Amino acid sequence: MSCWQTIQDYGLRSLGIGERLLPRSDFTLCDQVVLIGSGMIWNVYFGALALAMGFFLATALALGKASAHPAMRKPAEWFIFVFRGSPLFIQFFFAYELFVILPDAGLSIPLGVVTVTAGTDMLTKAALGALIVLFFNTAAYSGEIFYGALRSIPKGDVEAADAYGMSGWMKFRRIVWPTMLRLAWPSYTNEAIFLFHATTLVFFSGFPAWRQKGDALYYASYFADKTFNPFVPYPILAGYFIVLTLLVIGLFGLVNRRLNRHLPVETRRRIRYRPQFIR
Amino acid sequence: MKKLILGAAILALTAGGVHAQTIRMGTEGAYPPYNFINDDGEVDGFERELGDALCERAQLTCEWVTNDWDSIIPNLVSGNYDTIIAGMSITDERDEVIDFTQPYLPPDPSAFMALPGTDIDVAEGVIAAQAGTIQASYIADIGATLVEFATPDETIAAVRNGEADAVMADKAYLEPIVAESGGEFVFLGDDVAMGDGIGMGIRESDAELRDTFDTMISEMKEENLINPMIVKWFGEDATIWE
Amino acid sequence: MFSFCSDPSVLPDWQWFACYLTTGKHMGFYASFGTVLLLLAITAPVAMAFGFAGAMAARSHFPPLGLLGKGYIAMVRGVPDIAFFLFVPIALDQALEWLRHKTLCPDWTAPIRQGNDFVVCAQAKLPLSSSPQSVHDAYSFALAVVAFSVVFGAFAGNVLVGAMRAVPHGQLETAEAYGMTRAQVFRRILVPQMWVYALPGLSNLWMILIKATPLLFILGITDIVYWARELGGMKTGAFAYPHGDWRLWYFLGLLVFYLAFTKLSEVVFERLMLRLTHGQATMGGEAQRKAPA
Repeated sequence: MSCWQTIQDYGLRSLGIGERLLPRSDFTLCDQVVLIGSGMIWNVYFGALALAMGFFLATALALGKASAHPAMRKPAEWFIFVFRGSPLFIQFFFAYELFVILPDAGLSIPLGVVTVTAGTDMLTKAALGALIVLFFNTAAYSGEIFYGALRSIPKGDVEAADAYGMSGWMKFRRIVWPTMLRLAWPSYTNEAIFLFHATTLVFFSGFPAWRQKGDALYYASYFADKTFNPFVPYPILAGYFIVLTLLVIGLFGLVNRRLNRHLPVETRRRIRYRPQFIR
Repeated sequence: MKKLILGAAILALTAGGVHAQTIRMGTEGAYPPYNFINDDGEVDGFERELGDALCERAQLTCEWVTNDWDSIIPNLVSGNYDTIIAGMSITDERDEVIDFTQPYLPPDPSAFMALPGTDIDVAEGVIAAQAGTIQASYIADIGATLVEFATPDETIAAVRNGEADAVMADKAYLEPIVAESGGEFVFLGDDVAMGDGIGMGIRESDAELRDTFDTMISEMKEENLINPMIVKWFGEDATIWE
Repeated sequence: MFSFCSDPSVLPDWQWFACYLTTGKHMGFYASFGTVLLLLAITAPVAMAFGFAGAMAARSHFPPLGLLGKGYIAMVRGVPDIAFFLFVPIALDQALEWLRHKTLCPDWTAPIRQGNDFVVCAQAKLPLSSSPQSVHDAYSFALAVVAFSVVFGAFAGNVLVGAMRAVPHGQLETAEAYGMTRAQVFRRILVPQMWVYALPGLSNLWMILIKATPLLFILGITDIVYWARELGGMKTGAFAYPHGDWRLWYFLGLLVFYLAFTKLSEVVFERLMLRLTHGQATMGGEAQRKAPA
């Protein structure tokens, strides 16, 4: 079987498209590269969506933690503490246990003739359940990073905004938020890298894999298990992740350039290498 | 001359080795009643008793090591222990990579376990299995919806909470669970025979060790010493050697 | 443990639990908390050493060394730690045995790779198969320390490179004006001054390291997660203390452990930061200077 044929059969296998059965014998290098690559779709899916949604929750959490009002501060502090203070894999375990009992707890909504239980059974699937956990997890970590940045916004910037008569939303939108992002960006890049790495835990010890649809690590360990040789599939997986990490660093670097475009070149360099909270 | 001495030295080394060498027995320690960690934290179970008997008979010093199931074969071939005695079914794909002794347990059927009242064709249901087991491959083959979990406990939990219609595993593993569940679980459909029995896995380059254990297993079978152990650990209904 | 534990099946509840929680297996579970703490205690300084070496190499003006340092930091940071742990320790073990084989058994003619098998002479085995189990445990623990240190050293290296760059240039220039050589500036000014800038990053790294310890079980070490799974799993009548699926309770215990440990670390780092910022030209140092007045 040619490699092109393999790509057609297994390129989208992780989504359930293509050949139903995984390769069973005579594993070629091409099989391994294609299937593990196919699994990367899930890693990118989890990472990108959790990051995109987490960004907004993180901003809210940072503002909450910086708030003077205990009713806002306490919940944000606890949320950040619990999700930053426990291993992701324990979070997956508890989330799965919780999601599994949800339908029994009676979250089905009677709608006249039909009863809709939609949503709750999706939660036990990795596609939604694991995404929620990763979303909360990255929001907590990024929230802490943003909070740190919020505290180090130069006083002068805020005072200048006050002097211009800006207030409330406009001050936040124009001054506080952009400055916070600028300060937090290097650490936030690190958090993004960590998050993509963390997506490998989803099927490894968290959520079950349905119909052999899994992420890159799932297929890598499938091959390691069938060929009894860990030295081919895991380095392939590592290679994919190095490429993904470089892409993330590149993309975040572009955003960083934009965030700092008003600064003189010399200062830009300094800010980029500012040692910060890595995750 | 040098060659001769060397040859003699190797001979002495290997000959002495059979008697004095420590054999490290690799097992999983999480698959009762085959092998498990007992309440004292020691490896226990059918395979512990059998393994100790085999070692004594062969005058070997044996040491028990536990290893994660996923990496149990890679660690054998890279020499971290010398045998696998972990309820491992003899299959063609495994046989390509390692050698097996003759089976010490007859082929153990696999079974489906479900909640009472489940009435489905297994080929159309959602079946849970531990990832990387022969049952997982079998379920994928027959076209049922396979749900793979990392540990056996999770597969049982999946049936209990309705995630899966049934779980497929070795019957010997499921039997006590069904028996002690007080009717919570029942067997579903027919048993499936798979594998060529359960044997000890040994590196292909270790032919001598394989032959040693092979001979010991034959002897024990002839003296009818294995059957009582099977009955002791797997119950009266278990398949025994003729 | 207790004298009344001989037949657990007839015991009343509290005695049953007293016996259950003190079985040899549970003792192994409690001891594994020590294993995890020991790993953290050893890994942290070793990873710092790796990080320091990496950072120094990355800063080097000698291109191959600089490339090596940068490559190490970039490559290892790019790979998820699980993927790394799944093949690097086995590879490391084989590499060590191969080296020992070459030096200890030069007369050996049989190939080392025989099909799938990796065969070295008996003397080259690490540890020797005749050595007691405790030596094997110590060896796999050492491998785990190295694996963790390599991964976290790369991250620490990244933090330290940043911290070295953050030390105000004026301070370094002043040192040069005093006639210090490049090495002296590095030793006397740069390294002592960089810690205050490195600490936030390093403390975060420590927090991540704590939360990476569940991966120990991949490395074949019976850590707290292994025991929690093993003890929590359903136990049939083959065991002296049969029970249902209690994983939830054991994992709850782990959750509490990790949260408490994180809290403790946070407190310690806060104190450390307070001491390090003393007299520094940073916002924190400035605040401390003004406070007593």
